[in-house]
Amino acid sequence: MSAPAIEVRALRKSYGEVEAVRGVDLTVQTGEVFALLGPNGAGKTTTVEIMEGHRSRTSGEVKVLGFDPGKRARGLKERIGIVLQETGVNRFLTVAEVIDQFRSYYPHPRPLDEVIEVVGLTDKRDQLVRKLSGGQQRRLDVAVGLAGDPDLLFLDEPTTGFDPSARRNAWSMVKNLNELGKTVFLTTHYMDEAQFLADRVAIIVGGKIVAEGTPKSLSEGLKIDPRATYSVPNEQAAALEELARTKGIDLIQVASAAPSLEDVYLQLTRDAEKGDA
Amino acid sequence: MSSVALTLKQLSYENKSFWRNPASAFFTFAFPLMFLFIFNTIFGGDDIGPKGQEVSGSTFYVPVIAAFSVITACYTNIAISVTFLRDEGVLKRVRGTPLPGLSYLLARMIHASIIAVLLVAIVSAAGILLYDVTFPSDQILKLVGVVALGAFTFSALGLAFTSFIPNADAAPPLVNASILPLLFISDVFIPLTEAPEWLPTVAKVFPIWHYAHAMLAIFDPFEPRFYEQGNLLIVAAWGLVGVGVAAKFFSWEPRK
Repeated sequence: MSAPAIEVRALRKSYGEVEAVRGVDLTVQTGEVFALLGPNGAGKTTTVEIMEGHRSRTSGEVKVLGFDPGKRARGLKERIGIVLQETGVNRFLTVAEVIDQFRSYYPHPRPLDEVIEVVGLTDKRDQLVRKLSGGQQRRLDVAVGLAGDPDLLFLDEPTTGFDPSARRNAWSMVKNLNELGKTVFLTTHYMDEAQFLADRVAIIVGGKIVAEGTPKSLSEGLKIDPRATYSVPNEQAAALEELARTKGIDLIQVASAAPSLEDVYLQLTRDAEKGDA
Repeated sequence: MSSVALTLKQLSYENKSFWRNPASAFFTFAFPLMFLFIFNTIFGGDDIGPKGQEVSGSTFYVPVIAAFSVITACYTNIAISVTFLRDEGVLKRVRGTPLPGLSYLLARMIHASIIAVLLVAIVSAAGILLYDVTFPSDQILKLVGVVALGAFTFSALGLAFTSFIPNADAAPPLVNASILPLLFISDVFIPLTEAPEWLPTVAKVFPIWHYAHAMLAIFDPFEPRFYEQGNLLIVAAWGLVGVGVAAKFFSWEPRK
């Protein structure tokens, strides 16, 4: 197996008195989609921005594609693509011009039309950025991250604010990229997104990783009672409830047979926050 | 691509987007002309100079408005626009790419300098055509040099000043507050003939007074000329202060 794309050991980051990241260890293998999950303020963005070289660390070791991102080496920046939560581009250029501008920064950029097509902006190609809708601008953000044909793509909450069909499109885009052999590091607070996309996930709470593994292994590792769901015709619901009551059965409404990643996440973040307090 | 080629490519995008915002482009050019017109109308009527050599009073306003043009095109423009780029995350995004951050900023500064050159040319042309000002054609090389120095100093100061602007909304008032008073006490808008003595003393600490006077010296048809070398040295020194402050305090990310 090739060297891991990202290796993080004992990473800590303090802002004055506040410790935002408190000893994080992570390994992301080359070619996988890795999701970092966590509530707001858990240290997700700080962690990913340290990997991107946007932020310095207080202590610990970080290697991204073999580089120390803290040194901000050009060699590293040529091989990564970054899609931040909020970034702007020149609003008086067209979609094609913006992407081409960013392509010019890289030694081996991806062909312009290919980038535009991957994010589904082909029909907006010559539109000024300022005339794009919010969702289209977000897709342009992703396109800019892909312009340099990166080996490793950082996506910080890539689908926040997307409507359901735009999310599905974004997801299939990430899947496509992954099939091309790209490593994707993704932060999200959407469970279904992580469950659908990620080969492995880590859950971060209060600056610490509280669980790591495949979505499946996480739900197996955690002792959450499986539940059963019955669908019955509406007019028989009363009879079922009657039967349940006489037999002493608790009827709770649940959606899936196995605990979902969401159940795992909620339980873990609850536990960790309780442990913190 | 080499850094030079990258900077030039950046410059071409800067230029493209500048002209696509016609309202902004129009007033960038109209603003100094408007001042030239207003001040000439109010104060420029009388001839000035030694007996027998009188020249139009506008000879004073063309160089100071030329100086004003360089200052707004570089200082005001860079300080406000770079703060907006910082707050919109454009700077942060560029910084995550292999493009050296300095190439990006340099392209903006070069673009501002080109605008400054155009403005000085337009103001001079207006002076010659409308106000009968004699253009010092023997001083043209010196004029180019002074415009270049001003572009350097005031771009650097604009960049440095962004470090003290907390957010984009605060940029226009703060930038205006930092230069409008100086423009009034530095012989730019009104010649300070009847002001208390301490006022020019204060003004001489800052680069605007010296820059306006260096520009005046070029257009001044009377000998001897003002002490322009000293003026230019002080302007250059302020430019280096700007570079130093920007190097230490410039922020690529929105301030929290």
